[in-house]
Amino acid sequence: MSVDLSQFHQVFFEESHEGLDIMESALLNLDLASIESETINEIFRAAHSIKGGSGTFGFSEIADFTHVVETLLDLIRSDQFVMESEHVDLFLKSVDCLRTMIHQLEAGDDVDTEQSDALKAQFEVYLNSKNNGSEDASVEASPASTAGWNIYFAPDPDILKTGNDPLRMFRELDELGALTVKANLSKLPNFGEMEPESCYLSWDLRLEGDATEAQVLEVFEWVIDDAELKLSPLVAEPEDEGDSLKASPEIPDDVAEDVKSAEPEKKSEQSVNVSSAPPAKKAPKKETKTESASIRVGTDKVDSLINMVGELVITQSMLGELGRDFSIERLPRLLEGLEQLSHHTRELQESVMRIRMLPISFAFSRFPRLVHDISKSLNKKVELELLGEQTELDKTVMERIGDPLVHLVRNSLDHGIELPEQRVAAGKSEMGKITLNAFHQGGNIVIQIIDDGAGLNKERILSKAIEKGLVSEHDNLSDEQIYDLVFRPGFSTAAEITDISGRGVGMDVVRRNIQDLNGSVEVESTPGQGSVFTIRLPLTLAILDGQLIRVGEQVYIFPLVSIVESIQSYDQMIHRVSTGCEVLRLREEYVPIVRLWDIFNIKPDSEKLEDGLLVVVEGDNMKVAVLVDDLLAQQQVVIKSLQDNYRSVDGISGATILGDGTVSLILDISGLIKLAGVSRDDYKKAPAPGDSSEAA
Amino acid sequence: MLQEQSAKEIEQANESLEAARSQNLGEQYLTFFMNEEEFGVSILSVQEIRGWEDVTPIPNAPKQVKGVMNLRGTVVPVIDLRVCFGLERIEYSEETVVIILAVPSGKGSTKTMGVVVDAVSDVHNFDDASVQPSPELSHAGQAQYIRGLGSTDDQMVILLNLTDQLIEEITH
Repeated sequence: MSVDLSQFHQVFFEESHEGLDIMESALLNLDLASIESETINEIFRAAHSIKGGSGTFGFSEIADFTHVVETLLDLIRSDQFVMESEHVDLFLKSVDCLRTMIHQLEAGDDVDTEQSDALKAQFEVYLNSKNNGSEDASVEASPASTAGWNIYFAPDPDILKTGNDPLRMFRELDELGALTVKANLSKLPNFGEMEPESCYLSWDLRLEGDATEAQVLEVFEWVIDDAELKLSPLVAEPEDEGDSLKASPEIPDDVAEDVKSAEPEKKSEQSVNVSSAPPAKKAPKKETKTESASIRVGTDKVDSLINMVGELVITQSMLGELGRDFSIERLPRLLEGLEQLSHHTRELQESVMRIRMLPISFAFSRFPRLVHDISKSLNKKVELELLGEQTELDKTVMERIGDPLVHLVRNSLDHGIELPEQRVAAGKSEMGKITLNAFHQGGNIVIQIIDDGAGLNKERILSKAIEKGLVSEHDNLSDEQIYDLVFRPGFSTAAEITDISGRGVGMDVVRRNIQDLNGSVEVESTPGQGSVFTIRLPLTLAILDGQLIRVGEQVYIFPLVSIVESIQSYDQMIHRVSTGCEVLRLREEYVPIVRLWDIFNIKPDSEKLEDGLLVVVEGDNMKVAVLVDDLLAQQQVVIKSLQDNYRSVDGISGATILGDGTVSLILDISGLIKLAGVSRDDYKKAPAPGDSSEAA
Repeated sequence: MLQEQSAKEIEQANESLEAARSQNLGEQYLTFFMNEEEFGVSILSVQEIRGWEDVTPIPNAPKQVKGVMNLRGTVVPVIDLRVCFGLERIEYSEETVVIILAVPSGKGSTKTMGVVVDAVSDVHNFDDASVQPSPELSHAGQAQYIRGLGSTDDQMVILLNLTDQLIEEITH
């Protein structure tokens, strides 16, 4: 009895979420005109395993609710109930409700059954209406429904170790009718030989009531392979009943003893768990909210890892052998071995990275539902196309790209796709189309959100931007620059605020979130034909394309994506502003100059601007020119955390280890800008015409 | 030659560390020298001992933080204990060592960091009874790190309690 089920809770939660995802996507794919039984079966199976799991773990609220869901599904499966779109909606709501309930359980909260009760009532309405219609076909069809059952149940000794609890099953049986339990203690060994985790008991059960055979079997479903189970219809034998009644008061005593001896153990273990668990549990729980802690990896990936490690070990022992008695003649072999070692290490690194890679379908999977719901509420007809779902992406990136993607898709639905009438008037098909496309390009993953709607309204964006003071009327902006304005903070062109988008805190947050991932987002648009939002992300957060730069003796790294250009400065390009800030005139823009040696308090080769190089970098929607002594190589670097053992440092986003084993720090552009005390105001004051476009 | 010698010493120190750990005798301290005084830290927190190598400075860090080093792929901060104790700085020599400590940092996790000391000495056993509470020291900078005073045959050892303070030190 001492199996601590709570250790499996996390697995149950994860499996339930997967089950719910399966249910949801199957429901959305359901074609009501011709329902495929396989799809219904799929939904049914998912619901059934959630029910089974929640019953096992004692989450009765979920078990009860899924039971109702499952019952209706069962009727649909056996063609006794015709599924309409209202039922699909009800099932979708149930999926949401279950998801909320499981989240509550995960967070350790009490489950709020208000919503599920309401839904349950609706299910019951359908269930009852069916019953009135085609009169208990299922119940009558099965030969079951007798006065009751005699059940002989003899589980394997190991049954308790698998987390199954006979008591729970009996309780469930009890709900089906009046249950009498008679325990058979004959196999019980002497106390000294007894193993507390083994089950020595078998039971004769007598269930009175109109339960069907299927219902009874269902209770034992989880243990049927590990137990001897005999079922026979109850025949009325008054004497026998008297016997069992007489016997029953005695037996509980024995059982009680058995239970008693087991109980303290269980208690003590539980109390230990309770005292040690909460602090450990609290922390991961918070994490699971945003990032689930475990990862499912295909066995092929693990196998290739094992292969790789095997080869690494061989190379290592070869090198070890070589090292033990080395002579200069064997130098070529050593070099060859080292070559092999570096080859294997690189491969190993790649395979380990691959473990963190998941197909982007994980992030895409929520969109069919989202588009379904939103287009309905907006009275728009929208078809969603998903392309490149197998494109792989780092798990962390995936988790953090979800929200920006949702926002962009909502935005396309709300602002992009027109109402059916407008579309027809514009000579387009009534059905709008949104395409999510993902593919690899270089070391990046590109995600596109394409709609065939009206496109961005240039004039409206511009007039809005002028109204909000983001740009001035005299600015000559290119189309790209105008479209880019939608990513500015505080910008929203929605005529009215809907609950879907248009609060004006959207697109800038999207851009910031994507920039936090070292990515970029841009938009192209053709009036009347639609818009394309393109997100570019690094494949993984663990590796970064870096530009090594040098100031004095120190080597720092700029993320390559943040670099606009690097230039040698000349006197006439530099302007002094009265506030003491220097700006670089870069074509039509004025860019403030930041001296890295100054803000980092290090000694450079030369403090003069003209001796060094200016690296123009962009972060937080503004550009700065950073003075460095020299540009070194460009290379991919593995990002290491500074916080793990130290703390976060202003202007530094992390560290990496260079080829020679030294640590080099990775610069954080927005941190640098803050550190240098450059604010947007500083360079608004820059004297000159075109302090426009992105400089504003 | 000198370098070889000190490398050997470090190796020996690491070995005696291993040996002491395997014996598992109550309170054991790794002792080291600073300014000709002998200090001790609990060996339970000592991970290893390394020779001084150049580190990468962290911009705008407090002056006791020398920088970060690469400990087999992990980025580890290195702290100069002399600066922490308000002792005068000396040139780092071949004898200068970095003691790598695992320091508990609340929340059940540990942080790894290196402390720079003049030279390592030995592993000593001090049971609780023989450790005297440290006298009220006027030197405020030191007092917070000191757990108590122990004595070997010939010298007094200042036993340090580096854990929480070190964290304080580097996070402020």
